[in-house]
Amino acid sequence: MSKEIHLRTPLKDDDVKELKIGDKVLITGIIYTARDAAHKRLVDLIEAGKDLPFDIKGQIIYFVGPAPARPGMPIGSAGPTTSYRMDPYSPILLDAGLKGMIGKGPRNKEVIDSMIKNKAVYLAAIGGAAVVMAQSIKAAKVIAYEDLGPEAIRELKVENLPCIVANDIYGKDLFDEGVRKYKK
Amino acid sequence: MREIDVKDIIPIVKKLCIDASIYIGDDVVEKLKEFQKKEESPIAKEIIAIIFENQRLSVEKQMPLCQDTGVAVFFIELGQDVHLVGGDFYKAINEGVRQGYKEGYLRKSMVDDPIIERKNTKDNTPALIYLDIVPGDKVKITLAAKGGGSENMSEVKMMKAADGIEGVIDFVVDRVRRSGGNPCPPIIVGVGLGGNFEQSALLAKKSLLRPLNEKNPDPKWAKVEEEILEKVNNLGIGPQGLGGRTTAIAVNILHKACHIACMPVAVNIQCHVHRHKSAVI
Ligand code: SF4
Repeated sequence: MSKEIHLRTPLKDDDVKELKIGDKVLITGIIYTARDAAHKRLVDLIEAGKDLPFDIKGQIIYFVGPAPARPGMPIGSAGPTTSYRMDPYSPILLDAGLKGMIGKGPRNKEVIDSMIKNKAVYLAAIGGAAVVMAQSIKAAKVIAYEDLGPEAIRELKVENLPCIVANDIYGKDLFDEGVRKYKK
Repeated sequence: MREIDVKDIIPIVKKLCIDASIYIGDDVVEKLKEFQKKEESPIAKEIIAIIFENQRLSVEKQMPLCQDTGVAVFFIELGQDVHLVGGDFYKAINEGVRQGYKEGYLRKSMVDDPIIERKNTKDNTPALIYLDIVPGDKVKITLAAKGGGSENMSEVKMMKAADGIEGVIDFVVDRVRRSGGNPCPPIIVGVGLGGNFEQSALLAKKSLLRPLNEKNPDPKWAKVEEEILEKVNNLGIGPQGLGGRTTAIAVNILHKACHIACMPVAVNIQCHVHRHKSAVI
C-alpha cells in the first residue's frame, strides 16, 4: 500500500484532497452507521425537507449492521456490508454534505460522479474481517431507527479504524485499476 | 429402530451455530496460505494477512468472524432406522437456532416477508432445512451459515447441451467476473450441474460442503474445476476486488442426471468466511 494516513472526523476538503486510491487510512473520531433501510429513511427526510437525525456535514457513514455486543463490550463484530445496495441513495446524501463512505465492493458511475462533484471519498474495509474492525470501535450508541435492529443508525467512536481508499475525489477507482493491473 | 428425542437435538444445533460462526475450518486456512504465497499484489497479500488476524481474534475474543452470521441452512441426513420422538423435528432445529443466535451474540438477519413487510424475526429463524433419508440409525446434521453478500452473487441458468462444457465454464467464469469485489473475495465457487431448475441450485450449495483440500473424486470433473479456478484467478479481481491473483481459492462441482432437453447450471458463491460444521447423533 502506498502510504498510511491518519484521518480525523469530521472531514474537510483539505483532508480528502490528500487521499489517493490505494492509500491506507486510519480513521479516528465519530462516524455513523447505516444500511439500506436507514438510507431510505434518510433520503425520505431530505426529500421532505426535514432535518436528519445527525449533522451529516463532513461526516463518514459506515455501511455496517453489527452483531450484538457481548456484555461489557461496546459492539459485536462489525465488518462492512456490500455498498452497491446504497448506490441509489448515496448521491443524495453526498449532496447534503456527506464526505466519506466505508463499505465493500465497487460503486456505480452516479456515485463516483457525485464524489467528484462533492469532493468525497469511498473507503474499502475488508469484508469478513469483522472482529478486526470491531477492535477499533470504542463506543457505540443507537441514535435513530431502533426498530431496524442491526440496521439502526449508530454513532460510533472509532480509533484508527483501518480502510483503503478505493475512490478518491479525482475520479480514480481502485476496483477498476487494481483489477486491470492483475488481469491476464 | 433407534429412538432419538428431538429435544436432544436442540443443544447440538445451538452449538453448531455458535462454533461455525467463530471457528474457521483448517481447509480454508490451508488454501488461503497457499494462495497468499503465490499472490503478486502487495495490497492483496496484506488483505489475506488481515483475514488471518481476524480468524485469530475471533477465537480469542469469542466473537463471530463476520457480523453477517448468515441464514442457517441445514442439511440433514436422517437414518431410516431412526424414530424421532418428543416433538416436532423442524421446531427443534429452529429452537436450536434461536438459542444459538441469542446466546452466541450472533446477528439476526432474517426478515419475515421478502419484500412487502421485511420485518426482522429477531431470532434468525426460520432456518432452511433440507432432508435426505439415508440407510442406518444415525442423524447427521450439517450447518452451512450463509452470508447475504456472497449469496446475492449467485445465479441459475438454463443452458443448452449445445453450449458444451466450454459454455458452462464461460458462464461460471463470467458469473465470478460480474461479482467483482461484492462477495468478499477470496471466494469458493460452488457449481451445480444437471438435475432440474431447482435441484441445480441445491447441488451448487451442497458442492460447497466438500472440504477444500479434497479433489473431485471424478478426474474429468477435477480437471474442469482446475480449469475454472485458473480462469477465475486470471480475472485479476483479487481479495475484496481491489486487484490480485487470489479471487477464488477453490471450485467445487456437483452434477446429476437431467432431462434430454435440459442443461441447468447453478453457481453459488461462498465468501472466505466459509462456515460449515457437522454433528452426528
Ligand atoms: S459475504 Fe461473507 S464475509 Fe462478506 S459480509 Fe457476507 S458473510 Fe461476511
